[in-house]
Amino acid sequence: MTDRAIIQKKGVENTVDRMFSASGHKAFIGFLTAGDPGADSTVEFILEMERAGADLVEIGIPFSDPTAEGTVIQDANIRALQGGMTTDGVFDIVRRVRERSEIPLAFMTYLNPIFHYGYERFFSKCEELGVGAVIIPDLPYEEREEVQVPAAARNVHVISMIAPTSQERIQSIAKEAHGFIYVVSSMGVTGVRNEINTDLEAIVRSIRQVTGTPCAIGFGISTPEQAKRMAAISDGAIVGSAIVKIIAASGAQAGQQIYEYVRSMKNAVESLSYGKTKKTVFCQGSL
Amino acid sequence: MSKGRYGIHGGQYISETLMNELLRLEEAYEQYRKDPGFTAELNRLLNEYAGRPSLLYYAEKMTKDLGGARIYLKREDLNHTGSHKINNVLGQALLAKKMGKTRLIAETGAGQHGVATATAAALLGMECEIFMGKEDTDRQALNVYRMELLGAKVHPVLSGTQTLKDAVNETMREWSNRVDDTHYCLGSVMGPHPFPMIVRDFQSVIGSEAKAQILEAEGKLPAAVVACVGGGSNAMGAFYHFIPDEGVELIGCEAAGKGVDTAFTAATIATGTLGVFHGMKSYFCQDQNGQIAPVYSISAGLDYPGIGPEHANLHDTGRAQYVPVTDDEAVEAFEYLARTEGIICAIESAHAVAHVIKTAKNYSPDQSIIICVSGRGDKDVAAIARYRGVDIHD
Repeated sequence: MTDRAIIQKKGVENTVDRMFSASGHKAFIGFLTAGDPGADSTVEFILEMERAGADLVEIGIPFSDPTAEGTVIQDANIRALQGGMTTDGVFDIVRRVRERSEIPLAFMTYLNPIFHYGYERFFSKCEELGVGAVIIPDLPYEEREEVQVPAAARNVHVISMIAPTSQERIQSIAKEAHGFIYVVSSMGVTGVRNEINTDLEAIVRSIRQVTGTPCAIGFGISTPEQAKRMAAISDGAIVGSAIVKIIAASGAQAGQQIYEYVRSMKNAVESLSYGKTKKTVFCQGSL
Repeated sequence: MSKGRYGIHGGQYISETLMNELLRLEEAYEQYRKDPGFTAELNRLLNEYAGRPSLLYYAEKMTKDLGGARIYLKREDLNHTGSHKINNVLGQALLAKKMGKTRLIAETGAGQHGVATATAAALLGMECEIFMGKEDTDRQALNVYRMELLGAKVHPVLSGTQTLKDAVNETMREWSNRVDDTHYCLGSVMGPHPFPMIVRDFQSVIGSEAKAQILEAEGKLPAAVVACVGGGSNAMGAFYHFIPDEGVELIGCEAAGKGVDTAFTAATIATGTLGVFHGMKSYFCQDQNGQIAPVYSISAGLDYPGIGPEHANLHDTGRAQYVPVTDDEAVEAFEYLARTEGIICAIESAHAVAHVIKTAKNYSPDQSIIICVSGRGDKDVAAIARYRGVDIHD
């Protein structure tokens, strides 16, 4: 709880914590890749997601070799990098969003771009721009410390992930989680799935035995029905590939469609938000 | 800090989905490496099936021609399937089988590791799927067919640069999709712990044999052990038992491609920087934003933007040196060894031969050098002909 202590000391609220502060609130978390198809579009799309009711936007910092991603997000990474997107370029996008919005934001990327930028420099920029969390799929529990310490010093959460294979690791991971817990719905990589067969209720139950940290479910969620089902057993749903697909198809013109899609997903999730006592967030599609 | 560290390098930078599987693999390995039944079975396969021990051959003509150290070739090219890759694959396949796995998946660059994995799968009655960059399936078409003959399914990888690193990406993705019955038979001393350790241990048979053989032949340790390095499995296997012998130089030869001052290179130690990729902290060819660089080498097996973490540490500590060798030098060495000793070696191994051609004269005739000839060169003949502008139909 190092970072919580720091939050209290500084009296600054992490934007991601704010999202879960209302009891019983079910969150919708949307993902996009920064710079796909360009920086201006990313700024616009984030604002559209906020207007449609997204509770948090995960911004993907593109990486050349995204090993946890399916082809939809892999291709988005390539488009963004070919368009010249850099880590500083992503911070610039956030700066422009922050001129107009206070929406909770998180970064999703692989460890190497952050390592290369320098942990201290990276997390101080996150703090300055109000990016409350980072999701790093190639940073498991065992390797967390080298990132956790500099991130906590800047009031940034390193989001813990729990997978269908985590089993006896679930509670160890959950006990030390901050911000929210990213529950990976399925085996494999990110991408739209027709069916999610993991016993997610059992995983969430196991998490809730040891922590009050909210959980969101992601990977493979694309329809309002799926989002609703995921949000019913957790605190929210995370959706990535389905949004990135809209961007891939419509490019810079995707704004209105993103708005409509996120609106429908948010409505599905929100229909559940009435004073439940426990909080869980399901994340859809970002991984 | 986590397990599997070599100085600051190594670790387990991998998705949560795969962590339990890595822990189980480590546990199974620790159990079976001490199991006399397992080691006896593996040794039987290595000796009776793969043809070990491999020869340590005194290259007399080369020695006379170059003038200097007495040159020995550790003939891993004579192993079954034609390279050192079989040493590791038999170990991992047997281990996987003991763990109850029924399916092997693997990446391959030149195709040597893919062929070895397909071979072990056929022998042990396991399913096999190989991921190979599309560019590599084109330049090593014969090996693709060879894997198919052995019953493997070969998936051309269309993502990224369509070479070895992309094949690793895709194999990791497939493994995270299906771990229950599947073992990822990783081909080099890289990736997350415990792979760098397991692969090094299974390959260290190269150096332990070579050490006994050179002591028998020369009555003393060699002045140097020289091997090519991509991920670095044959080099790590050749070096490992010589690490405590500080008088023995350990020299890894990286693929410089068209030169380390060009963008067309795969020389990680010469041009790379510290990073985290493919499950490990090590040196990688990358840009200022930490994006992994497209690398280039005439050799598909060395065309990789990283290096195993134990090599990175041997570099940091100065125990081993890593030197770049260009395509031109490697091709000349490939031709030289064929003409001089009647041995057509793999273009990968030719990088090590090239370094010794340049440096043998700096040693005295009472010193010896061991070159690890990691594989045979049949697979490269068409590519070398193309390189020389010779039109052959293969």
